Amino acid sequence: MYSLHAITNSVQNWLNARLSSTWVLIIESLIVIVLAIALFAALGLILVWLERKVAAHMQIRLGPNRLGPAGIFQTSADTLKLILKEGLTPDGADKFLFNFAPFVVMIVAMLLLAPIAFANGFQIWNINIGVLYISAISSLSVIGILIAGWASNNKYSLLGAMRSGAQIVSYELSAGLSILTIVVLTGSLQMTDIVQAQQNGWWIFKGHIPVIIAFIIFIIAATAETNRAPFDLAEAESELTAGFHTEYSGMKFALFFLAEYINIFIVCAIGATLFLGGWMPFHMGNWTQFNHVMDFIPSSIWFFGKTFFLIFLIMWFRWTFPRLRVDQLLNLEWKYLLPVSLFNLLLVTLIAIMNWHF
Amino acid sequence: MGTAQILFWSLTALALISAIMVLVSKNPVYSVLWLIVVFFAISGHYILLNAQFLAIVNLIVYAGAIMVLFLFVIMLMNLNTETEPQKSIWMKFFGVVAGGLLLSFFISFVISSADLKGKSAQLKEGEIGLIKTLGKALFNDYVIPFEIASILFLSAMVGAVVIGKKD
Repeated sequence: MYSLHAITNSVQNWLNARLSSTWVLIIESLIVIVLAIALFAALGLILVWLERKVAAHMQIRLGPNRLGPAGIFQTSADTLKLILKEGLTPDGADKFLFNFAPFVVMIVAMLLLAPIAFANGFQIWNINIGVLYISAISSLSVIGILIAGWASNNKYSLLGAMRSGAQIVSYELSAGLSILTIVVLTGSLQMTDIVQAQQNGWWIFKGHIPVIIAFIIFIIAATAETNRAPFDLAEAESELTAGFHTEYSGMKFALFFLAEYINIFIVCAIGATLFLGGWMPFHMGNWTQFNHVMDFIPSSIWFFGKTFFLIFLIMWFRWTFPRLRVDQLLNLEWKYLLPVSLFNLLLVTLIAIMNWHF
Repeated sequence: MGTAQILFWSLTALALISAIMVLVSKNPVYSVLWLIVVFFAISGHYILLNAQFLAIVNLIVYAGAIMVLFLFVIMLMNLNTETEPQKSIWMKFFGVVAGGLLLSFFISFVISSADLKGKSAQLKEGEIGLIKTLGKALFNDYVIPFEIASILFLSAMVGAVVIGKKD
């Protein structure tokens, strides 16, 4: 049967038989780079289209429907337009940092792909601290946003960047604590171990109510960390024009836009891996035949299905909740989410020690 | 020269060059950004020594948290070359002399120390920096210093809240 694991293995064997180990490493890195860029392009096109379709559906509109079936090529046309636009650099801006910031944001998003397990045995880097790596690297995207806001030499940009920074730094705490609950249950930071631990059931089902609370907190924090509504204060149109990317145009703006959607994909992939079992199929106790049917579905489909379900959830939030004020945003994190997740972590530790989970 | 050596020397060069750029840059924002590059290079060194956990914690604490706060403060201050106080040329000259003497003292101290003679770092082996070893060492051998350090952090946080509170 075809699986991504078998394909990667056969590529590796084919290369090993013909080339020295250094060249194999170089060629495999090139393949990974090409695949990552292809994934980025595909995700950008699909997620932007999906967002517009979901938004249209929520507001009883049709959404993009002219270019291709159901308007699927609309984002390609938009990207083409953005490529052709002139990339302006404001006169008072810090030229180097202004042009550098979009790349920082993009590189951070690319680095985050490394430890994600896309399918059974299909992973770029199975680092032994995968979860920690993700929370470390994702905290670096703030630097790119701050550079962009400062280098634009525009008060709206700077205010947007400051808001975004404060928001990401504070919501990182509760995101980290809810990730820790799963780490405590699994006893490992490695992505493969976390997925393997969910073979007999996903953590959200096995871990009782504390894990469900952690999941909810994670989703809230993920929405805030990606600067999406209802936490999109960093680019609140009615107050700050467009926040930190007010001065950006053309392809540089497109890079910010793309990085935002890639980040949504990545946080949803992390959520799917930690709480919904990653590429593990859905199994029901002793129903052998049902389990066999579920096993027949490829693991990559399971992974992308779960991830896209979470992405849909986050898009749903955007059209459901009104935007928070800055003080409400910080109160929510520091007065409610953080104490709840600290207490929740204690509960989960108790469950893990007493072996109360299934 | 193997891959590890090439990586080591390029990371070392990156760390040293960006550390010099931290001092040389006229604009404080650039200094902070170069400092972030220094932390990245040092994290790369940790990974070469098979201490992934230390590398990532270095990134989280310094590049992720402290440098972001630095950037926050520096970006909100109105810093121009006109408003910055300039020291006299003699002050700068003696500063360079004193710093150079301190550096040569450290270098001679490190070179002459008996513990380091004729030893090279273990690349890609050793388990000191892995999370399991580190956790066991912290919670078995050094549990009291560890707890005292955490109480110190807690009191520092409470102090910050008290100072920051409007009365």
